[in-house]
Amino acid sequence: MTAEKHVLSILVDNKPGVLSRIAGLFSGRGYNIESLSVAETMDPLVSRVTLVTKADAPVIEQIEKQLNKLINVIKVHDFTGAEYVQREMVLIKVTAKPEHRAEILRMVDIFRCKVVDVGMEHYTIETTGDQGKINAILNLLKPIGIKEIVKTGIIALLRDQYTKK
Amino acid sequence: MKLTGAQILMKALKEEGVDTIFGYPGGAVLDIYDELSKTEMRHILVRHEQGAVHAADGYARAAGKTGVCLVTSGPGATNTVTGIASAYMDSIPIVIITGQVPTKLIGNDAFQEVDIVGITRPCTKHNYLVKNVANLATTIKEAFYIAGSGRPGPVLIDIPKDIVNDLAEYVSPEKVSLRSYNPTYNPNIKQINKVVKLIHKAVKPVIFAGGGIILSKAHAELTQFARKTRIPVTASLMGLGAFPASDPLWLGMIGMHGTYRSNMAIGECDLLIAVGVRFDDRVAGRTDTFASNAEIVHIDIDPTSIQKNISVSVPVVGDCKTTLEHLNKLIKKEDFGDIGQKCKGWLDKINEWKSTRPLAYTQSDIIKPQYVIDKLYELTKGKAIITTEVGQNQMWAAQYYHFDEPNHFITSGGLGCMGFGLPAAIGAQVACPDKIVVDVAGDGSIQMNIQEMATAVQYGLPINIVILNNQYLGMVRQWQELFYGKRYSSTSMEHAPDFVKLAEAYGAVGLRAVRPEEVEPVLSEGLSSPKTVIMEFVVAREESVYPMVPAGASITEMLLV
Repeated sequence: MTAEKHVLSILVDNKPGVLSRIAGLFSGRGYNIESLSVAETMDPLVSRVTLVTKADAPVIEQIEKQLNKLINVIKVHDFTGAEYVQREMVLIKVTAKPEHRAEILRMVDIFRCKVVDVGMEHYTIETTGDQGKINAILNLLKPIGIKEIVKTGIIALLRDQYTKK
Repeated sequence: MKLTGAQILMKALKEEGVDTIFGYPGGAVLDIYDELSKTEMRHILVRHEQGAVHAADGYARAAGKTGVCLVTSGPGATNTVTGIASAYMDSIPIVIITGQVPTKLIGNDAFQEVDIVGITRPCTKHNYLVKNVANLATTIKEAFYIAGSGRPGPVLIDIPKDIVNDLAEYVSPEKVSLRSYNPTYNPNIKQINKVVKLIHKAVKPVIFAGGGIILSKAHAELTQFARKTRIPVTASLMGLGAFPASDPLWLGMIGMHGTYRSNMAIGECDLLIAVGVRFDDRVAGRTDTFASNAEIVHIDIDPTSIQKNISVSVPVVGDCKTTLEHLNKLIKKEDFGDIGQKCKGWLDKINEWKSTRPLAYTQSDIIKPQYVIDKLYELTKGKAIITTEVGQNQMWAAQYYHFDEPNHFITSGGLGCMGFGLPAAIGAQVACPDKIVVDVAGDGSIQMNIQEMATAVQYGLPINIVILNNQYLGMVRQWQELFYGKRYSSTSMEHAPDFVKLAEAYGAVGLRAVRPEEVEPVLSEGLSSPKTVIMEFVVAREESVYPMVPAGASITEMLLV
């Protein structure tokens, strides 16, 4: 069986310690978290955890069941196979020598990113999108010289069912 | 009127019907103990916090209700962890109340501070740190609800010292409702119908009963179901007592030290109805060959247990009792007249396995441990509550004492926790003062929590401790004999205390048998004593537990004597 990527959207009680229960479940049972993002929802009593993991079918079944078993977990939704939008944000600090500046700005323009900080020898670029777009810009900037990056981890929402083709 | 946190705690416990607490005082819980002394609540002072949790565990199982223990912060709390983990693995409902340093000191490495909520997160069903006295009553109510409902388990409540003294109105909800926690009690009827169809089709069916039957009090329903359908029953260690051992349909225990006929039946059956079990590795062994000829039905209240180790054809999420009630209703209308005929060959084969490969030992001029358990069964007429330590003593108790009723076999099944039996016996005896309670122990295990002798004597509990003394950590020695070329590395326990003198030192009665003819008189004298008794049996040193399925082998690949 092959391990597939799963995007899990988990609604939880917005209480202290809940994230560590989820993280502890993954570490204690030997599952891996690829990315994780958490914040309050419209209901201040509820937070949404968006978690990406890689697992084969029996393991993902266990992960979902074990998550559901946690007292503070309200709902677990595996987006795999459904239509959803996903975004992650990346800040990229790239070396910006005078001879490269114009090229970098052109790329920023093409990818509809933003330069959010300019230094003597660097630009910091903000970009959001799906992983394909983010990988594309990272690959293009790499030869110029990426100093540092930071990613938020994926956030995702199901598409409205009425807009489905 | 406003109450202090300590008063709220006592009131909430009383509302939950708690009348007994096992515990050990300390700085952080002084105010709770002061309040406790003003109530009718019975407090059993143990000698080690691990003992408090095991005692609450034994109490919960014998009484069929949630057990409670109370300990202080820091070391008091950490000493409970082994007991909590044991209760968690065996799904035993207990509520553990730990003291904590005052709120303003939390996180400052204060004296006797430990993050017990963090430490016990993976081994509790749920846990709480109470940060506001106004939430205390609700938290306690929730804790009892969570501990006792669905698949039961331990719940810990950590209460900082200042919260104990803060004032609040007593506000507790009538009913607990948690939007994130709703166990499924009622099974899906379509799935149940499939089970009935499979029963009609099967010619070699077996029921596999687990601790879930006992926890959901489904003993009568299971017995009715098996008798009506004429399906033979095996059980896990935790399931002993789920079905009467005196019934002709009883196969005996399954698994690593299960009976020959149980394990062979699993290998050959064409339908396995597993109820309230989790297919532990000590049961299933090699999972790819486990019941590989069978359609497997798995009934459990905990969805995570289903499809975890064994893939099943009919999963049924539901409470064991409720599900069996549904099944019994359905099969009541069905005609199973031909089942006896259809499955006759199967039942005959099982009986043949029993007669050709029974559980057996040969009593020589040295006491055999199995003989002690045999005699214990005879003398107590199978009515005693048996607790055990862990190892060979536990397996012999499981094999040679036969349980007709639930809640009579109390053992640390999942965690396999040495030192469990004596404190668990204390809990069981407190819950059932009129019952004979026996802790079957090894000389190694008993020394892990031997200090609880003082507790038993202090409260006048007539617990019978049967020590099968082979001067070894017997089960480990058995593995060393079989799989490590008899290199008995650190398993010899020749330097034990004189158990008879030790019993006397604690103010208990000490008896010893060294010859086979002394076994019965010593047991009779011990069992009839109104005091706490240690009965030491000096048994054959290198006796092993058989049958045995080596770890990782198929369940039918048994070593037989």
